[in-house]
Amino acid sequence: MKKIYALTSAVALAATFSVTVHAGATLDAVKSRGHVQCGTNTGVPGFATPDDKGNWSGIDVDVCRAVAAALFGDAGKIQITPLTAKERFTALQSGEIDILSRNTTWTLTRDTSLGLNFAGVNYYDGQGFMVKKSLGVASAKELDGASFCIQAGTTTELNLTDYFRSNNMAYTPITFDTSAETAAAFDAGRCDALTSDQSQLYALRIQLKNPEGAVVLPEIISKEPLGPVVRQGDDEWFNIVRWSLYAMLNAEELGVTSANVDEMAANSKDPNVLRLLGKEGIKGSGMGLNDNWAHNIIKQVGNYAESFERNVGQGSPLKIARGLNALWNKGGIQYAPPIR
Amino acid sequence: MITKNGSLPDQPPPTNSIGVIGWLRRNLFASVLNTLLTFLALYIIYLGIVPAVNWVFVNSDWVGDSRDACSSGGACWVFIAARINLFMYGFYPEEGYWRINLAFAILVLLLVLLNIRQVPRRGWIAAFTLIGYPIIAFYLFYGGAFGLTVVDTHNWGGLSLTLILSGVGIVASLPIGVVLALGRNSQMPIVKAASIVFIEFWRGVPLITVLFMSSVMLPLFLPEGTSFDKLLRAMIGIVLFESAYMAEVVRGGLAAIPRGQYEAAKALGLNYWKSMTLIILPQALKLVIPGIVNTFIALFKDTTLVLIIGLFDLLTTIEAGFKHVSWLGFAVEGYVFAALIYWIFCFSMSRYSQNLERKLHTGHAR
Repeated sequence: MKKIYALTSAVALAATFSVTVHAGATLDAVKSRGHVQCGTNTGVPGFATPDDKGNWSGIDVDVCRAVAAALFGDAGKIQITPLTAKERFTALQSGEIDILSRNTTWTLTRDTSLGLNFAGVNYYDGQGFMVKKSLGVASAKELDGASFCIQAGTTTELNLTDYFRSNNMAYTPITFDTSAETAAAFDAGRCDALTSDQSQLYALRIQLKNPEGAVVLPEIISKEPLGPVVRQGDDEWFNIVRWSLYAMLNAEELGVTSANVDEMAANSKDPNVLRLLGKEGIKGSGMGLNDNWAHNIIKQVGNYAESFERNVGQGSPLKIARGLNALWNKGGIQYAPPIR
Repeated sequence: MITKNGSLPDQPPPTNSIGVIGWLRRNLFASVLNTLLTFLALYIIYLGIVPAVNWVFVNSDWVGDSRDACSSGGACWVFIAARINLFMYGFYPEEGYWRINLAFAILVLLLVLLNIRQVPRRGWIAAFTLIGYPIIAFYLFYGGAFGLTVVDTHNWGGLSLTLILSGVGIVASLPIGVVLALGRNSQMPIVKAASIVFIEFWRGVPLITVLFMSSVMLPLFLPEGTSFDKLLRAMIGIVLFESAYMAEVVRGGLAAIPRGQYEAAKALGLNYWKSMTLIILPQALKLVIPGIVNTFIALFKDTTLVLIIGLFDLLTTIEAGFKHVSWLGFAVEGYVFAALIYWIFCFSMSRYSQNLERKLHTGHAR
């Protein structure tokens, strides 16, 4: 067994070194290929799923579409490679994909030891709680002594233990193998509360017999910043991905939407809007893009609020509240550096 | 009964001991306990069947185009109907569906022709099916010639991908397996050793490991930028894995052939290949048809494991379906549908093998 570990780590190391050698190659490769290769999940509600016609949509897919819109002026020029959790980093390291936008949590280990870089955060997730409305609980602090349905062997279990220990509360864990079983047990009343990542709680809630009878509590007990990942060492590409995301956030902050972007570009007097839409300032030249790169993103993909509401928010059956993902000036922590 | 005029003709048996009633009395209501057990069993069947029938047929929803149409509380077949194209063809462009249909129609036609005894030159048809057809099928699926647009393999999916994976696996693993089995029985030390190493290695690792290696490790060894098609990697993995199993099945057949057959072939002056192809293999393969088909069926179902490397076969496509926000929670319908499809294919394979055994029966089975 030791030999196998040694071999695996040698391979991982080799991969790490080999990818850092190349710089600036991704943009050229993408341009000559004519589309962005994007790794997503094989199916997470609201984040990346194929619709009835086989077109991928979701908040993670929108990041890729934004990059394609910035590069080619056509958000449709993407190719989706669905990836499982275990192969996602290899696919990026080996160059099979250009962007990994697959609800991947930004952690120190991943950022520093895999030869990869996180280009930003498109969704601030975290572990939350769902309880039956009839329990009459408004905060996780009132859950002392409650029984929890948990999926076994996940970090969810560890986070829960930590949270209850640090708050001097007791709980009874009831573990299950899959998230579907966990949800079914909660539905059947085998536990008082269910815990999982908050974005998943909303998806689980729809599947309950009576979704209105359950409520997601506001507390988040762990940090799960999810964002797009690119290969380390290719700063040009990194900038494009990062600023495509920031353009969407800035557009929301400035009130530019897919509906009014043409009109704003023509009539707006706000210098911030003019800079965003490539009428003034640095435009796209710093990244090797066209002047209307951000205009294309907003026109075709929408600003961050539009993407959020359409995929996971009020415009979708999930109805996830903005919460942490609201803009910094609206009570959340989504903050993008200015475009100027 | 004997009378003075001789024997009376036999009376027919009483009506309650023949026919349906007789069978019922003999088998289901022979004693009090027997009757009780019959009613208990009927009750248990009733408990299971009625809710299932209600769920599948009575309370189910069949028409509509969104989850709003599913309000009766039973199965929501609307989900299957809405995504059936995705389940069958994956992400294949809609205008190219005819290509997949045509490829499978040709295959069905060839298989039907091969099974009608009256068709002349079936040997040529068989040869065409094994050598010519795969080339035609490749161009139909992939395109790139005869004016067909290229459809990249990442767009392949659904049932057609499952069939392609298992079809390639079946067609390629049998000949490789036969060669390996012969190699393992060979007198030549290097050939024998190589066959044993190959078989034992591939049989000793789980298919999941093989698939992981093909999708996670292999790309790291290749120079960057050379992306070796993911589907092809998985296919090669499956073929190598299954041929090792096939080799052992065939070896079982070879071992069952009496020594006299080998000696008789030698006495006739046949060389190795002639004695194998004319005498030994026809008998050995016939003996192990159940084993071969068993491996094929296992292979067909094993292809679902490609879901761990993100290939969208039938099962993955269905799973992605009930993870879409509009269809969240219709997992049971999805899995029932998948089970039905898999059952139809596996059951047909099993019936075909029984048919084949009967047809090739030459009195060897005892």
